[in-house]
Amino acid sequence: MNDHPPSGLSRRRFLILGAVTATAFALPPFISLKAYAAHLEQPAMANVTFEVNGKPQALEVDNRTTLLDALREHLHLTGSKKGCDHGQCGACTVIVDGRRINSCLTLAVMQDGAKVTTVEGLGLPDRLHPMQAAFIKHDGYQCGYCTPGQICSAVAALKEIRDGIPSHASPSLTEPPQLITSELQERMSGNICRCGAYSNIIEAISEVAEVSA
Amino acid sequence: MKFDTPATTNPIDRLKVIGQPTDRIEGPLKTCGQAPYAYEQHEAAQHQAYGFMVGSAIAKGRITRMDLDQARAAPGVLAIVTAANAGKLGKGKYNAAHLLAGPEVQHYHQAVALVVAETFEQARAAAQLVHVEYSVDKGRFDLAAVRDQGVEPKDELPDVRHGDFDTAFAAAAVQFDQTYSTPDQSHAMMEPHATLAAWQGDHLTLWTSNQMIAWSVGDIAATLGLPKDKVRLISPYIGGGFGGKLFIRADAILAALGARLASRPVKVALARPQMANNTTHRPATLQRIRLGATTDGKLTAIAHEGWSGNLAEGKVELAAQPSQLLYAGENRLVSMRLAPLDLPEGNAMRAPGEAPGLMVLEIAMDEMAEKLKLDPIQFRILNDTQVDPVKTERPFSRRRLIECLQTGAEHFGWDKRNATPGTRREGRWLIGMGVAAAIRNNLLVKSGAKVRLERDGKITVETDMTDIGTGSYTIIAQTAAEMMGVELADVTVHLGDSNFPVSSGSGGQFGANCSTAGVYAACMKLREAVTKKLGMTEGEAVFAEGHVQLGSRQVPLRNAAQNGAIEAEDSIEFADLAKQYQQSTFGAHFVEVAVDAFTGEVRVRRMLAVCSAGRILNPKTARSQVIGAMTMGVGAALMEELAVDKRLGFFVNHDLAGYEVPVHADIPHQEVIFLDETDPISSPMKAKGVGELGICGVSAAVANAIYNATGARVREYPITLDKILDSLPPMI
Ligand code: FES
Ligand code: FES
Repeated sequence: MNDHPPSGLSRRRFLILGAVTATAFALPPFISLKAYAAHLEQPAMANVTFEVNGKPQALEVDNRTTLLDALREHLHLTGSKKGCDHGQCGACTVIVDGRRINSCLTLAVMQDGAKVTTVEGLGLPDRLHPMQAAFIKHDGYQCGYCTPGQICSAVAALKEIRDGIPSHASPSLTEPPQLITSELQERMSGNICRCGAYSNIIEAISEVAEVSA
Repeated sequence: MKFDTPATTNPIDRLKVIGQPTDRIEGPLKTCGQAPYAYEQHEAAQHQAYGFMVGSAIAKGRITRMDLDQARAAPGVLAIVTAANAGKLGKGKYNAAHLLAGPEVQHYHQAVALVVAETFEQARAAAQLVHVEYSVDKGRFDLAAVRDQGVEPKDELPDVRHGDFDTAFAAAAVQFDQTYSTPDQSHAMMEPHATLAAWQGDHLTLWTSNQMIAWSVGDIAATLGLPKDKVRLISPYIGGGFGGKLFIRADAILAALGARLASRPVKVALARPQMANNTTHRPATLQRIRLGATTDGKLTAIAHEGWSGNLAEGKVELAAQPSQLLYAGENRLVSMRLAPLDLPEGNAMRAPGEAPGLMVLEIAMDEMAEKLKLDPIQFRILNDTQVDPVKTERPFSRRRLIECLQTGAEHFGWDKRNATPGTRREGRWLIGMGVAAAIRNNLLVKSGAKVRLERDGKITVETDMTDIGTGSYTIIAQTAAEMMGVELADVTVHLGDSNFPVSSGSGGQFGANCSTAGVYAACMKLREAVTKKLGMTEGEAVFAEGHVQLGSRQVPLRNAAQNGAIEAEDSIEFADLAKQYQQSTFGAHFVEVAVDAFTGEVRVRRMLAVCSAGRILNPKTARSQVIGAMTMGVGAALMEELAVDKRLGFFVNHDLAGYEVPVHADIPHQEVIFLDETDPISSPMKAKGVGELGICGVSAAVANAIYNATGARVREYPITLDKILDSLPPMI
């Protein structure tokens, strides 16, 4: 991930626009409306290239465009869902450079050079990823809106466990975490399913992971 | 097809496809991100622009001035819709408040403007530059403060007075009298309300997220002053509804107005923080329960009185309703009062009436059982009734509540429950079990469909029915496959388009039974047309394995369509069997909780639901409906509450960080048992519904389990740990 502002954009301006994006409903007191409007005269655009599902993509995006909106609105990859746009629901979960993130909480311009995997990249109806097949078999979804996020999150969560990354539910920070139900429930708790398919989702993930509960 | 006599044996009874736990047919699309929801219709219209709603910053009053100059000048802005340029707007039959405010403001976050711009980022930024000045009126935001202004909702639930409650209660050997409260709750479906609107001349098409296509066509036409035949709604996938998408909301109207003003297709999604106050919610209630019984536990007097509030044209929350039917007892008072409030509109959320009503009644039954020194299951069984207690000449079509309770008790290990609270401990955890009964009425709504035998022998079904996660696609395909004797894979289902025949829609747990019954009716017509074509009209032909058979003659089904597809359309209409019989679904919920003896933190450890709900069309998708509802019931018990700012009049915790709903770690493995049954009084499918039954009573079962674990009896939902901390048993 890039941690420096993209070229052609001052750090200060980057921060201002970033802050505004994050607080869509009230301007923070330290930004005057006038200064804000001035900044808006020309939207700051940037070029960004990244790889999505194995395909290189070059986009010119508004600096305020989230990775989620770059995927959904620019690349028309609408598998990643927008449930809140505020990092509260997990519907937008995608895998970036091997780790899951909420794609609504990162700007597209911050992902220059990244490798992004979305649910479409995991599998398609005629060649399902094992996690997608398990969700279907265990009915780990109802309306389907949280589902791509759950699936991306589940695939990455299993990898986190395999990589030895502990969670709040791990009994020890030094022993390798185990593939048990409580670990999965903890790690999946950032993905809300209002349809309430949790019990089935955990069964689907467990089958893929061959968890012994 | 008129359904006026109980169903006899019919092709559905073969149960080759119906009743099987098949996977959802749209599963591969949903799990691969290929199912397009309302905001994702990139292919539907060219040059889509983005709309961003501005919500009112006050709860009640008037807009005195709007300054749009800055917003208009912002980059990319194409148009700004306000009441001043929207033209004359009507109000939909199903909306209490207007969907666009101005000059009057009726509730907080009521839409005051829509900013349309080239990009989402531009629309959102410019929306911040819309300056609105208001004059604020005093509003009423506190239900308890206005409860005495409540009026009898004569059209919805006139007072039920049966026998003489007052006398019977006064004379009862054992009396119980308690008051409870349930909070405002938010549907919080994962897909925000969203619409793409496109005009072709005076014809409007909306791709939207909506449960009830035909209602909503009517309400859009009424709001915009259009003839209904100029409005088309398309809603193939809906990211959850729970009642929150029964009606058109601001996104649909604003997208239509924005598209007209900008001369471009416009799409609008409500931002998550706008949803709780802009749209509807389940209204809070106050409820008083009085029970009178003989010393051996027979109920002689039942009073359930409730209060809820709403905007002027809003409805009452029918929380007292379940007490009309759930238990025997000769003397009864059931009443609701509707008080005026200026909070956002209250309306249906999953099992309206029954859900909050049973949250309360089923705690009261637990309390009364304890007073009578009876096991709570025994107490309920003792007061079962097989007839409508108020109109005793009306039997229930099927009522197996006792079996639900007994089956559940055995399966759950109820005999291990210690009736004395706070006595079972495992380390730092106090363990308790709770039970509650569930009732949800079976509603019957006319439903139509069109079925086509294609030239290749495959079947296509079209209906404006919606699938909001309920499994409609799958059970409709199963119905058509069963009726026409083909494989499930040979059926294609198209839903959610107002060009298709009008269905029941999705609501009130009537969708599964009614919409499949409509498909049944259309298939019956298609079978007739097929047999006629094949010259097989003498006697009853059998449709099976892709063939039509009459006597010794067997013909491939596809032969009938050799010269062109055959189409049939019909609907199911329900006559008055519902008057002769009370039709309801029943269930029993069992919950085990562990409560931290030090902190009062509640963990739900086990859950079981036993349901008696007629034929289960697909046990896999039906089970999902029930566990989803159980999950929502846990939310209602432990965490869900829209916090009201009683000075300013809005829901404070209006996003998914503030309005807490259950997450993975809150929900254990859940079990569901469906009693094997059919209900031929309900429909030719002999089915009822389960999607709302699943939430009825769950929260009370959690509450009762917490009481059993700790001795803390909480009568104000949600049961957060601050409410039980003081009542925990001594630590040592
Ligand atoms: S949309 Fe990103 S977390 Fe909700
Ligand atoms: S499937 Fe609907 S929110 Fe999870």
